[in-house]
Amino acid sequence: MTTFSPSPVRRSPSKWPDRALALVGAIATLLSFGLFVWLVWDLVRLGLPRLSWTFLTAGVEDAGRSGGIGPLLVSTLWVLLCCLTLAIPLGTGCALWLSEFVRRGSLLARLVTGGVDLLASVPSIVFGLFGMVFFSQTLGLGFSILSGGLTLACMILPILVRTTLSALEALPADLRPAAAALGLSKTTATARILLPAAFPGIVVGITLGIGRALSETAALLFTSGYSTRTPESLSDSGRALSVHIYDLALNVANGAPMASSSALVLLAVIFVVNAAAVTLAESWLRRRLSFS
Amino acid sequence: MLTPVLLLAALCLGSCGKGEKSESIIVTGSSTIAPLVADAAKQYEASHPGVRIEVQSGGSSRGISDATSGVAELGMVSRSLKDEEKTDLTAHTLAMDGVCVVIHRDNPVKQLDKQQLIDLYTKKITNWKDVGGNDATVVVANKAEGRSTLEVFLHYLDLDNADVKADVVVGENLHVIHSVVSNPNTIGYVSIGTASAEEKAGTPIKLVVTGKVVPTMEAVKDGSFPITRPLNVVTDAETSPAARAFLDYLMSTEINDIIEKHFFVPIR
Amino acid sequence: MTSSRNTSLSRSVDRVTGGILGLIAIVSGGLVLVILWHLISGAWPAIEAGRLGLFFTDGKWQPGSERDPQFGVVPMLAGSVLVTLLAVALALPVGLASAVFHRFYAPPALERWHRRMMELLIGVPAVVFGFWGLMVVVPAIVRFAPDSPGQSLLAGGIVLALMILPLIALTSQAALQAVPAAQLQAAAGLGLGRASTILSIALPAARGGITGGVLLGLARAIGETMAVVLVCGNIPQIPQSLLDPIRPITSTIALEMGYATASHKALLFCAALVLVLFCALMVGWLSFRKSASDSGTGGA
Repeated sequence: MTTFSPSPVRRSPSKWPDRALALVGAIATLLSFGLFVWLVWDLVRLGLPRLSWTFLTAGVEDAGRSGGIGPLLVSTLWVLLCCLTLAIPLGTGCALWLSEFVRRGSLLARLVTGGVDLLASVPSIVFGLFGMVFFSQTLGLGFSILSGGLTLACMILPILVRTTLSALEALPADLRPAAAALGLSKTTATARILLPAAFPGIVVGITLGIGRALSETAALLFTSGYSTRTPESLSDSGRALSVHIYDLALNVANGAPMASSSALVLLAVIFVVNAAAVTLAESWLRRRLSFS
Repeated sequence: MLTPVLLLAALCLGSCGKGEKSESIIVTGSSTIAPLVADAAKQYEASHPGVRIEVQSGGSSRGISDATSGVAELGMVSRSLKDEEKTDLTAHTLAMDGVCVVIHRDNPVKQLDKQQLIDLYTKKITNWKDVGGNDATVVVANKAEGRSTLEVFLHYLDLDNADVKADVVVGENLHVIHSVVSNPNTIGYVSIGTASAEEKAGTPIKLVVTGKVVPTMEAVKDGSFPITRPLNVVTDAETSPAARAFLDYLMSTEINDIIEKHFFVPIR
Repeated sequence: MTSSRNTSLSRSVDRVTGGILGLIAIVSGGLVLVILWHLISGAWPAIEAGRLGLFFTDGKWQPGSERDPQFGVVPMLAGSVLVTLLAVALALPVGLASAVFHRFYAPPALERWHRRMMELLIGVPAVVFGFWGLMVVVPAIVRFAPDSPGQSLLAGGIVLALMILPLIALTSQAALQAVPAAQLQAAAGLGLGRASTILSIALPAARGGITGGVLLGLARAIGETMAVVLVCGNIPQIPQSLLDPIRPITSTIALEMGYATASHKALLFCAALVLVLFCALMVGWLSFRKSASDSGTGGA
């Protein structure tokens, strides 16, 4: 990635459009930084005092007003793992098919793309109802982590498909003909050349998906449920951190301080998981490229 | 990529045995009662090893339908049963909850009688100065359809929901409180327990004296407070003995301290 | 170097791969049909009772009233659409401008921090945004317009814009990153200033990715429940001004589902169906057109 700098030979364009654009961009950035800091500041103010190692490991007491969130962290991570294990193969596979194995603009491709985009606009509460009816009742999973993870996978699928597709579409146009000229099958070219090249873009999609999954509340309330016990298997009910925050903020009197502490931990979890995802991706990429 | 899939598959297979959950008692329903029952369940499990109680929320209607269909052993319903529900279900009252009117702490008004409340909620009075407050437009907060707090409040005022002219409609109890805090001209109604708890913790709200009765939990307990609702646990004919044992525990005086910690009123 | 045996083998391998991936794609695209099916079966009692027509002719939404039950869904649909459009109108300029700034003007370290911050923002639960909106945005609106309830279309738009800002910013950033450096150097070589290069070369080249991000943001906003139910005021009406309270369809489902009788529940499923079908028209049409215009470019 090269930082673009303006041409040294400039005949007549004035500096003003450039300065104006820079100013607009800077203001926009300041605005987003500022709003982010404002949002997090209130969380920090209310929630930081209660953060401690005990908070991270202890069980939930007094409806969440005291004690900690240990079991909830376990539930949250299990739900996330479940979700990603299904969503990443499904999303990547769908995007690969759309990009490499089917003619653009063909009816089937457009239908699949339309279906995936429509999935993106289904309200989160409808996903909750759907998950409850389909995964919990019809498939008999009941209130369980598996049910929650599967529902979330459906929710983040469109994000993964869209971003992976963009990443694949942005690849240099000569990669594919070059691979064909070398006599590689499409499968080999896709697996060994295209996917690694598109990896950075795919990882962006995965981090977007992780953020979305961890912040989802309505879908999980009806599927992975309300239980504050440490789950022992995927068929156990386990309260995700986002559901806990919702309960404390809106349902339990005097729950706001603990809700803020939980929200701070959730942000930290996202930070760590995303950093881990990016690091893993980069090391995987480095290993692959070292063969070329 | 294959490793996580295999791991997940192994975990799924390992956990597919539902046999070990045979002692699991499922309780679903009102999100108002859920935290209370969850706490009681934890205490019960500590003294009855081998019993697992799972508390889920989903609303009073969920409690009714799950108890009827058998998905749950016990249902939590934050209102009295309607006649058509009484054929299949029996209600056992766990505790009482009062409904009081709240306004912002900086609002000079201290009490409102029934007629004033009716006029405020039907917008015959639209300015706070007509009831002894500042010169400001009243913002009326009403609860959403189907909530028992709404039904109980409107029953007291003898109004139909179509008569109420609300400026803002809210859902959970705490939503009412936060709405009052964020706009000082708001009037709303909420569970007394929630309101007292928040007021004691310093939230800038005030409980309004209604019909000459000061809204306190004691007033609910001795019956002098006019607007109350029961918090019920419902059973049907198929409820298992294990669940009934837990129900007996819930109906005993052993959980009175838990009830009070959750700002409801014990009735035993 | 390639023997004919290798070619036919690779063709079969490709066919198998294509088949497996195609199956995956059909499952992905078909999921929404499964969801629609469940919505329709949940809504069936109300459809059977002939209520669907009332959905569009009744003026108000008060299904629980005994005296005057009304089932009008149009004001709520208007609420959903208006708050979504407002959110995108607020988020797109800010997200796009900051992405441009980070790609072309800011040092790489700043860009990394911006990206980390946006990734974090995506993970903030909607209830936190809603809470913040209720405690910060609404009082600000009340101070600015003392007679208004505060909870309003404007509050909802601001909160939703903040929620979809990271989606738009991150996808725009990625799209701008992917613009080939060669094109930018060529523009520089031709004597174009930086601003002109960005506006006439980079942005159009990144248009596909940016639109994809806007689509994701639009879809996210119209489907959002928790945040809007806390700050929109939830009065089912067509707003006359930005300061009027509105109720998106998602709020109705969230507010009433847990306490609804069986027939009321069917009505709520109907309302969900109306929203999803409306989104089918909006998003499906946009994406259909986008992929039709893609069929001339790129890839396989």
